[in-house]
Amino acid sequence: MSERQIQLEVLRYDPDTDSEPRFQSYTVPCKNEWVVLDALNYVKENLDTTLSYRWSCHMAVCGSCGMMVNGEPKLSCKAFIREYSDNIRVEPLANFPIERDLVTVVEDFIAKLASVKPYLIPKEDKPISAGEFKQTPAELMTYKQYTLCINCMLCYAACPQYALVPEFIGPAAIALAHRYNQDSRDGGRDERQEVIASHEGVWECSFVGACSEVCPKHVDPAGALQQVKVASTIDWYKEHLMPWVKK
Amino acid sequence: MEVINTDVAIVGAGGAGLRAAIALAEADPKLRIALISKVYPMRSHTCAAEGGAAGVIKSDDSMDLHFSDTVGGGDWLCDQDVVEYFIHEAPKELLQLEHWGCPWSREPDGSVAVRPFGGMKIKRTWFAADKSGFHILHTLFQTSLKFPSIQRFDEYYAADLLVDEGRCQGLTAIEIRSGQMRHFQAKAVIIAAGGASRMFPFTTNGAIKTGDGMALAYRAGAPLKDMEFVQYHPTGLPNTGILLTEGCRGEGGILLNKDGRRYLQDYGMGPETPVGQPVLKTMELGPRDRLSQAFWHEQKKGNTVSTQWGDCVLLDMRHLGEKKINERLPFVRDLSSSYLGVDPVKDPVPIRPVVHYMMGGIHTDINAATPLAGLFAAGECACVSINGANRLGSNSLTELLVFGRRAALSAISYIQAESRSSNDAILATQAQDSESRIKALFEKGKGSETISGLRKEMMDTMEENVGIYRVGEELAKACEKIGELRQRYANIEVHDKSSVYNTDLLQALELGSMLDCAEAVTVGALARTESRGAHQRLDFTERDDQSFLKHSLTYYHPKDAPRVDYLDVVITKSQPGVRDYSGGKK
Repeated sequence: MSERQIQLEVLRYDPDTDSEPRFQSYTVPCKNEWVVLDALNYVKENLDTTLSYRWSCHMAVCGSCGMMVNGEPKLSCKAFIREYSDNIRVEPLANFPIERDLVTVVEDFIAKLASVKPYLIPKEDKPISAGEFKQTPAELMTYKQYTLCINCMLCYAACPQYALVPEFIGPAAIALAHRYNQDSRDGGRDERQEVIASHEGVWECSFVGACSEVCPKHVDPAGALQQVKVASTIDWYKEHLMPWVKK
Repeated sequence: MEVINTDVAIVGAGGAGLRAAIALAEADPKLRIALISKVYPMRSHTCAAEGGAAGVIKSDDSMDLHFSDTVGGGDWLCDQDVVEYFIHEAPKELLQLEHWGCPWSREPDGSVAVRPFGGMKIKRTWFAADKSGFHILHTLFQTSLKFPSIQRFDEYYAADLLVDEGRCQGLTAIEIRSGQMRHFQAKAVIIAAGGASRMFPFTTNGAIKTGDGMALAYRAGAPLKDMEFVQYHPTGLPNTGILLTEGCRGEGGILLNKDGRRYLQDYGMGPETPVGQPVLKTMELGPRDRLSQAFWHEQKKGNTVSTQWGDCVLLDMRHLGEKKINERLPFVRDLSSSYLGVDPVKDPVPIRPVVHYMMGGIHTDINAATPLAGLFAAGECACVSINGANRLGSNSLTELLVFGRRAALSAISYIQAESRSSNDAILATQAQDSESRIKALFEKGKGSETISGLRKEMMDTMEENVGIYRVGEELAKACEKIGELRQRYANIEVHDKSSVYNTDLLQALELGSMLDCAEAVTVGALARTESRGAHQRLDFTERDDQSFLKHSLTYYHPKDAPRVDYLDVVITKSQPGVRDYSGGKK
């Protein structure tokens, strides 16, 4: 099995002892199939037990291990060493405060996710005993893509607007609201519009599309944002130009 | 120390913990609920489950069939009254998830689709493509956001249960961000903290699956049950242990040895079925224990494919075609292509058995209640005995829903049954003792042992001696070794002295949990001198219903090996028989 030695340059910051972040370099012998997370685990097990970072599944589904790898937001469990040169720089996700080393403070994201009412608000009441809501495969396909978000926050780290305007609700949360709006079982769009059609909602997006580029699950939050904008514009026209038409 | 008063504290915010929290909030909006987890809820390992969740919904299916599949699949170590309750609740819970928005895959007419799964006589596995656990977890998490009474304590590590007058009355937990200890005073506690398969080196389980919930209950006096039953999933990627769902075979994938032979027919699971037309409950749709054991025999015979990651067999899905693979198994294609460099559309995928699931766990009764008053448990950390000696694929996602809810309802009944006073001074002292224990571990210098060193010795011991086939001599060696590692654990040192997000300290605590659980596994395995389900002994090759139609119970001892006791299995209508996976043909 081929091995390659890399220099892993890792941002370190401990608020207990450091006044500002610094970089620490580790020499790591990597196997060809390794991902950046494997290299970090090598450091943790063999070189420096004080390094802190989040991870769990190692299969790109739990969303814990997002970080900047050579300046780009990546899941470190899916950033293959073979795709990088011998010098790899790892930093915490951009646009979030650093808690410790590669660990960021994520409360803002969690609060924004909760703010869009990301749960089914049923169109009709139906007891469990009456069975399932019917939903055809075609109806499922209209929103399925937006259910795939793993909340890894790479899109927030890539979003220039979130960097400038921290109040911006942001790509993942809006995509999730859109996911429920598009669900044939749901009747909660009006409630969600109050949040996502607000100033901090879709109108803040400048449609750079960086969110969709970095999304490891191909959710395409930029597409969701665009669709919400179009729908919100139609709402506005209906409300102001055709007040006799119900939304 | 800050005291947080609550009615019910839940440890773990994966599928079972979230389901419990929602059930509590729905039952009584005034209940104070503390949902405590060492990770944010959507990081919980429920997210990695792929294949689906079993529940009788279609007209060709019946409760009796789900019952007999489960009990036979578990080699008659299931409690049959619990299985009966489970299968009847299952469809309701899956429908409830549908009503909460879970994006289940659908039939053309809009009804929920089901897929075939191993050991099941009828197609009854509800699925959301091959990310069923992910969608269940996110649906539950998102639904939980509706309920203001669910107060989350994300990234808190539960350290010790507080027990006074024979009742569990709360716990201590470390706020990971600050390193501060908190005292949760609760009328009831539900543990839903997942499995412990990280005690093995080659596992499908995420880094967080370190048996903390099991160890919490075990140290507080609740026994662990049937810990010797460890499930190997037959199809893991050989380099990473990443799971390729049983759905691969449910959809028609076949297993081949190095000669291209569908070798399962040589192990009582034949005759061969037509390629691409899977027949339920035979060949590739046999149960996981039998498939993993067949691999072991093929390896001994030299029939496996040698790869740089060890011996493998081949999972061939090429005949399914790109369209079906993309529709039904997109994640499998992505995982196999990215991590192994093999595209299942174009090539057979080398795979080998990988540690996946603990059938054993905290002993609970049918109501998800442990023998310790005020303590309940659900999900993989618990052993409510629906899985017996071998869990059928797709029963565990359903289990965490059914028994997550059950634990919540039982906790409410317990709280309402009588008003109990607490001795706050005693609880405060216990919380202080807990803090002192952690502090001593944190501050101790000059340790002669490293966390990663001990962890590696533990993992190697488990892999070498407590695998698919076991033998007394090796198990005895493992017991001795794990006992020794528990002693040496006293000499570890936490090098990271920061109070903020100290993962060195967390790993030390997790290692402690794993060692306690590993000892229960090895001691239980040595004591069970029979072969049943996932516990196969080369020195006791037959199932012995005379002596071992019983659950093992291991009781914690702080220094010595645990005491082992036994409890009769509940049989209601199915007497132990022959597990037949021959497809009905002789």
